[in-house]
Amino acid sequence: MFASLTTRTFAFAALCVAAMLPLSAANAQQATELQITYDGAFQPSELRAPAGKPITVKVKNNTAKAMEFESKTLKVEKVIPSKGEAVVNVRAQKAGRYEFFDEFNEKARGNLVVE
Amino acid sequence: MLAALIIVFREVFEAGLIIGIVLAVTRSVKHRNRWIAGGVLAGVLGACVVAAFAGALSQLFEGMGQELFNAAILGVAVIMLTWHNVWMARHGKEMAGELRAVGQAVAEGSKSLLALAVVVGVAVLREGSEVALFLYGVAASDGGTAMSLFSGGLLGLVLGGAVCLLTYFGLLRIPPRALFTTTTVLITLLAAGMAAQAVSFLERANWLTALDTVVWDTSWLLSEDSILGRTLHTLIGYTDQPTGMQLVIYAAVVLVTIALMRLIGSEPPRRAVAAG
Repeated sequence: MFASLTTRTFAFAALCVAAMLPLSAANAQQATELQITYDGAFQPSELRAPAGKPITVKVKNNTAKAMEFESKTLKVEKVIPSKGEAVVNVRAQKAGRYEFFDEFNEKARGNLVVE
Repeated sequence: MLAALIIVFREVFEAGLIIGIVLAVTRSVKHRNRWIAGGVLAGVLGACVVAAFAGALSQLFEGMGQELFNAAILGVAVIMLTWHNVWMARHGKEMAGELRAVGQAVAEGSKSLLALAVVVGVAVLREGSEVALFLYGVAASDGGTAMSLFSGGLLGLVLGGAVCLLTYFGLLRIPPRALFTTTTVLITLLAAGMAAQAVSFLERANWLTALDTVVWDTSWLLSEDSILGRTLHTLIGYTDQPTGMQLVIYAAVVLVTIALMRLIGSEPPRRAVAAG
């Protein structure tokens, strides 16, 4: 009974994964790409993107410290090692002003304006 | 110093809650300290390794290595917690009651201890890698403040440890018979919450885009970043803006756990029957 149960669980999991794959491929393409660098402050401190489309932000950390690119309203959070670069995915947003900051240095702040 | 304190405390907080619960769950099991300490130690070592290779890790999977690593790690914890629950449904009654010789219960108990040690290790690894990365970065760039950084970090760690103890002693106030039920419910919700968190990491990596619209927004009522929000986030997986998929997975983990506990737990273990 145990064996059949595990088989069923795996089959269910496989089914779930299979159901999601085609969708993820379709959605990944049409994102707005933005770039920002960090050297203790964000450059530029204001980003702009159209509403209703996913956004990818490429964040480059020029400092010798690790930073965490975070936005509570955008629901993103990503650690970027010193002298490193990372891509942050933001799902499609409604028009508005979204603040982001470095969680390890909360004085460094910037905004993403979606319009 | 204050920044170091706050950051370290924030990261240790979540791990502290989880360790507190695990300690309460294993209260009656001998050698549990050894296992849990082993989990913490492995987690700390793992965190240092992850921090050292953080750059390489982020570059994996087209820059989504961090998200996928976190999702995978949470996945491991969910499986371990579910396994523990199912295992306890089968053997917990004998351990709690006076049916079994103590020695045997101990031997049985350590099997599920491995699962819980892994959960502890994973929690420490996840939270600890950020702490290590942050502290290492600050120490490397401005060495002059190393002392205040160290004391801030240490204080944060102590406060995080206090959270762990408060959770532990809070749970111990519950009478032993009810404790088993309480911790089972707690661990099920903990696992479901972790699974929902894993989903959010997969969503951030764009690996999971089905049902990714936010179902409700209760951030005006209880923000995920407040102390209560963070506590509930860890304990029951509270999210102020859950996506459809997060809710589906959350419910699925709860239902699968209940189903497995019923199926496997209701079958009486053979030795107990023989003894009775």
